[in-house]
Amino acid sequence: MGSDNEKSIKANPLNEQPLRLQEVREQWMLLGLAAPAVLIIVAIILIPVGWLFYLSFVGSDGQLSLEHYQKMIQYKSYARVFMTTFQVSMLTTLICILIGYPLAYFLALLPQRLAGFFMLAVLLPFWTSLLVRTYAWLVLLQRKGILNDFAIHIGLWETPIKLVHNMTGTLIGMAHIMLPFLVLPLYGAMRKIERDMMHAAANLGASPIHAFWKIFFPLSLSGLVAGSLIVFVLCLGFYVTPAVLGGGRVVMVATQITAILENQFDWGAASALGVVLLVATLVILYAASRLLKLDSALFGKH
Amino acid sequence: MANQISNKSSDTPSALPISIRGLTKKYGRLHALDSVDLEIKSGEFLTLLGPSGSGKTTLLMAIAGFNRPDAGSVRFAETEMILTPPHRRDVGMVFQSYALFPHMTVAENIAFPLKLRRVGSGECADRVAAALATVQLSDLGERKIDQLSGGQRQRVALARAFVFRPRILLMDEPLSALDKKLREQMQIELKHLHRQLGVTTVYVTHDQREALTMSDRIAIINHGRLTQVDTPQAIYNHPANSFVADFIGESTILPLSRDDSGKLLFEGHLISSSPTQDSGGAWSLVIRPERLFFIQDSAADSEQAIVFDGMVKEFVFQGETAFVLVSIADKYNLSVRFGTNSFSSQNAMQPGDRVSLGLHRKDVIVIPQSM
Repeated sequence: MGSDNEKSIKANPLNEQPLRLQEVREQWMLLGLAAPAVLIIVAIILIPVGWLFYLSFVGSDGQLSLEHYQKMIQYKSYARVFMTTFQVSMLTTLICILIGYPLAYFLALLPQRLAGFFMLAVLLPFWTSLLVRTYAWLVLLQRKGILNDFAIHIGLWETPIKLVHNMTGTLIGMAHIMLPFLVLPLYGAMRKIERDMMHAAANLGASPIHAFWKIFFPLSLSGLVAGSLIVFVLCLGFYVTPAVLGGGRVVMVATQITAILENQFDWGAASALGVVLLVATLVILYAASRLLKLDSALFGKH
Repeated sequence: MANQISNKSSDTPSALPISIRGLTKKYGRLHALDSVDLEIKSGEFLTLLGPSGSGKTTLLMAIAGFNRPDAGSVRFAETEMILTPPHRRDVGMVFQSYALFPHMTVAENIAFPLKLRRVGSGECADRVAAALATVQLSDLGERKIDQLSGGQRQRVALARAFVFRPRILLMDEPLSALDKKLREQMQIELKHLHRQLGVTTVYVTHDQREALTMSDRIAIINHGRLTQVDTPQAIYNHPANSFVADFIGESTILPLSRDDSGKLLFEGHLISSSPTQDSGGAWSLVIRPERLFFIQDSAADSEQAIVFDGMVKEFVFQGETAFVLVSIADKYNLSVRFGTNSFSSQNAMQPGDRVSLGLHRKDVIVIPQSM
């Protein structure tokens, strides 16, 4: 008995068709879940960016031309704006690392519950309006501001120091606003480092300083790279804080774009600036990814 | 606390004795370690055995220097180490999680302690190769840690712990993440390695079988106190109290009564005419399941053996052994275990069958009843 039956099952496996249909249906349903997000990305990112990209190649006479890009090469002021943008972004990232690394380290060493409390202190400003925080710095740092008054009162310096409407003020404000973007991924990476790792290093004969540089720091590097890149890229396009605290003396690309739009109403020139910034950012990210194996840093693979 | 001499205590210069006195560590109100005294002999394989939360890992961490005890002394030979930071203690350690460095290759992991000791690059390479050969991983030096299996990681952790020739080796449940077969294989290998290196080894486990398999001596710890420190045979055959009797091996613990002349009785059976020491308290009888044997015809107690009559409640075939639960005096359940190669007639035992069980008098274990 059964041999005929077995042959027919091999030739025509049981329920093959409905099982495959079920799988296909599930895949379509998953795609359906993603559909709204895909639509939004197309509608509010791809289309406008594409339109601006097109505008940047339209000259003042309405014909296709490269005149906006030629202007950017001709006039030194544009180069200066890009230099300032990269300089401010780099310095802000550096300041964030110097302040953020010890902070994340401290948080990672705390017991989970206590760390959550202190993390609130990092996140609280994060939830406050950007504008409020920026103007708060203005109040603190201006000539007759709280910091100058206090320093003069206790005799640190005699005449008010210029702390705002310049590079110093811009960097202070931006570093403050960017700090959580660095601390969060860094803290996550540090939490993942088992405590046994440091015990093992000590047990094998490494002094605390040695253990930090040979074991802890390399293992936290993925978080540091991810956080630094996020901060750097966000800084490149930052508008509000440099505009308010820079007081017109720190001209970054975003500020320049606004100026062109407000003063000359030249959509083409403004778009060209935006396109160059976007391309420059992508080039930097690509270079960083080649140098540092970015995908493993951003997606937390080891 | 019985403290018999271990069967071997070689005094090779490659090993150091450890002397622990009055070691106390409190976490809040909980005594993780409650004034622990322990002498570990040079070259000995000593296992700290206890349930989770008993303080065994805390004790190991105190020897390694990872926690700061509230009081006490830890000496390696004559040198007081209690204030010495971990990186100057020069002890090897295998962690439960292995704690291998994921950003280094296998060879770099093993070379790490050598580089810190400024061993020359030529000698360093030789010693790494020798350590890899010892743990049978010679071909895997260039692998990354995440390319290794659990068993291979375990071996790398081991190689890294002994490559710098420490005179004390600590192991914190090193085999707990491995599957049963691999674990039993590694137990034998670790024992072999210990004999080869001759290093004083302190091993932490909650697995009593592992402790019995590997140790020269076992220190049983519970609620931060040492309950009994002795050889595996002595602990199995003469448990100091019901905690040890229950924790090591299988056992049935039965209450004993005392007659006017001080003799200890169980349901009319004379168990012992003179308990080892008269504590005035109550005593219990401990019966190991494999020490009971079936008797064909019911008999009375004799010079050699005590005979219990009972009824089979449960019969479980488990491969190499079978397990039978026998109810005696309608009150107590006796566990019986026997090899399935013999007693073929008992293989067909049914619940409800009446049986007689014998226990040799030399297998009688009497312990003071726990409070």
